[in-house]
Amino acid sequence: MIKVTNLHKSFGKVQAVRGISFEARDSEITGLLGPNGAGKTTTLRMLYSLLPPDAGEIRIDGLDPTRDAMEIKRTLGVVPDSRGLYTRLTARENIRYYGDLHGLDKALLESRIEELTRTLDMADFIDRRTEGFSQGQRVKVAIARAMVHGPQTVLMDEPSNGLDVMGTRALRHYILSLKSGGHSVVLSTHIMQEVAALCDRVVIIARGEVAADGTKDELLERSGCDSLEDAFVKLIGSDEGLLA
Amino acid sequence: MRGLITVLRKEVKENIRDRRALFNSLLLGPVLFPVMFIALIWFTNSAEEERAEKTLEVPVVGAENAPSLVRFLEQQGTVIEAAPKDPEALVRSQEELVIIRIPAEFAEKWNRGEPAPVEVITDPSRRESEVAVRRVKSLLTVYGQQMGVLRLHLRGVAPQIATPIMIRDVDLSTAKSRAILAMIFLPYILMITAFTGGMHLAMDTTAGEKERKSLEPLLINPVPRWQVMSGKLATTMLFAMVSLALTLLSFKLTMPLMPIGTFGVDLSITTRSMVLILLVIAPVAILAASLLTLLAAFAKSYREAQSYMGLVVIIPLIPSIIFMSNPIRPETWMMSIPLFSQNLLIGEIIRGDAVPLAWYALSIASTLVIGLTLAVIAANLYNRPHLIFSGS
Repeated sequence: MIKVTNLHKSFGKVQAVRGISFEARDSEITGLLGPNGAGKTTTLRMLYSLLPPDAGEIRIDGLDPTRDAMEIKRTLGVVPDSRGLYTRLTARENIRYYGDLHGLDKALLESRIEELTRTLDMADFIDRRTEGFSQGQRVKVAIARAMVHGPQTVLMDEPSNGLDVMGTRALRHYILSLKSGGHSVVLSTHIMQEVAALCDRVVIIARGEVAADGTKDELLERSGCDSLEDAFVKLIGSDEGLLA
Repeated sequence: MRGLITVLRKEVKENIRDRRALFNSLLLGPVLFPVMFIALIWFTNSAEEERAEKTLEVPVVGAENAPSLVRFLEQQGTVIEAAPKDPEALVRSQEELVIIRIPAEFAEKWNRGEPAPVEVITDPSRRESEVAVRRVKSLLTVYGQQMGVLRLHLRGVAPQIATPIMIRDVDLSTAKSRAILAMIFLPYILMITAFTGGMHLAMDTTAGEKERKSLEPLLINPVPRWQVMSGKLATTMLFAMVSLALTLLSFKLTMPLMPIGTFGVDLSITTRSMVLILLVIAPVAILAASLLTLLAAFAKSYREAQSYMGLVVIIPLIPSIIFMSNPIRPETWMMSIPLFSQNLLIGEIIRGDAVPLAWYALSIASTLVIGLTLAVIAANLYNRPHLIFSGS
């Protein structure tokens, strides 16, 4: 459960986030939809306590990232925009490193890795060095290492970036399974189909502000449009940065 | 501390699998430097020996003016070559190293008992002619002395009277303190190794991590950033120390292969000196690792980091170069200057001199203070978000 109230963040003169508020509930997938440069990544970075907000309040299961950074990092699973793996380590060693950083007990860690290998279908490459992995394989390892400690809340920044059709299908399947497992999932995207296929609630962000917020049906109703794409264009007032 | 150790263990494992890291830390210093060093000594030595033992071949102009001098030279094993037409041109064009010219007035002055002139034509700016010129001049001097003694005898004078002073060398340098001439390079090489040994690691763990886009996800883990950075720093120090230990060990093993005959000195490093040298240089490894990490953390990519490193390598060379061109007597206050004090101390240890404990303490303490200050600054670098995201 995430509650964000009136979040602000500037870099020098650039106001990246200007008063964003939204809620993400458990057992729901919340999509932050917006054109490139709208402030989605900055918002997520504040959620996972990598950036301190200039103003506003964040509560994740009652915790404040600015004060309980370590505590929050234990309850969050994050797949950030940067998904670099260590190419001289195997997929298993990459995941194990993150488990060790979380201080997981050895036996628990190994069983978690086995479980994730099964769920994400990684058995073919789990013991190979990640040098030369396909995008799909890399995203799977990045998800596995983010989920190794069994977090309640999951944040994903443009998770399907660079994935092919099969990769995207597998990813969607996994995200839906997180929802049915009772997790709270927040993903940022600029791809309309992703929102249509996955999200229960959509927060449309443009120029650092929330342009609209609600379920898919609510957004269609409010804009008076038939398709989500038209609704999106109408609600943000331009078709800038709309790639899907 | 758990996070720090986890990071350290992972970086060690990852970099042991990296050929570039292994080459830079574990091969370059320990193997290349001693080999270069030995080859250098071998080469200069054998070249010198060869010139000293080779038959001396000298063209003599005007040999007919001093037949007995020429006969003396031949008896001493010199091969007298035919007189060239233009001796100066031959020396200038480097075809001959040295040419003797006996002027026509030689016989006349000789007969009158005046100093008879002999010209030695040479170009002193050409260092390879040094040995030949020295040999020619000493042969001429010996001949002159023999003739002088003969003349005094003929006049019924004891020849000793013409030698009012006899110089005796009393050489106080032990075999070891002469060895420093050859060993002056060791502090120099160790200083470079303290920096190069960890250089790749410092860049790979910071700029490299940023370039691979694995820094942001790493920092999302519940480990304080200073611990992540300290783990990386510790890895860099560890590699630098291993590199130093291997370099010393390889010097210890290869020293007996040195052509010591011509030096006549004992070029060995005892195990005790090795341990002492490592102890003295360990704080430099800490200082170097912190400085390198500090710089590399600002770079966006491995390549950008590399461009800063070229400048850093000059730092450890400064004291060595000063010391090499202008040897100084170590004093207590000098021990408080990092890099400089290690140069002096390593020299003293190799000479086998007793080094005051206070010197060790001062050198280690002053270098550690600066090294750890830099380490603290480096460890807290990633608290500035723009260093995490720059270049991404």
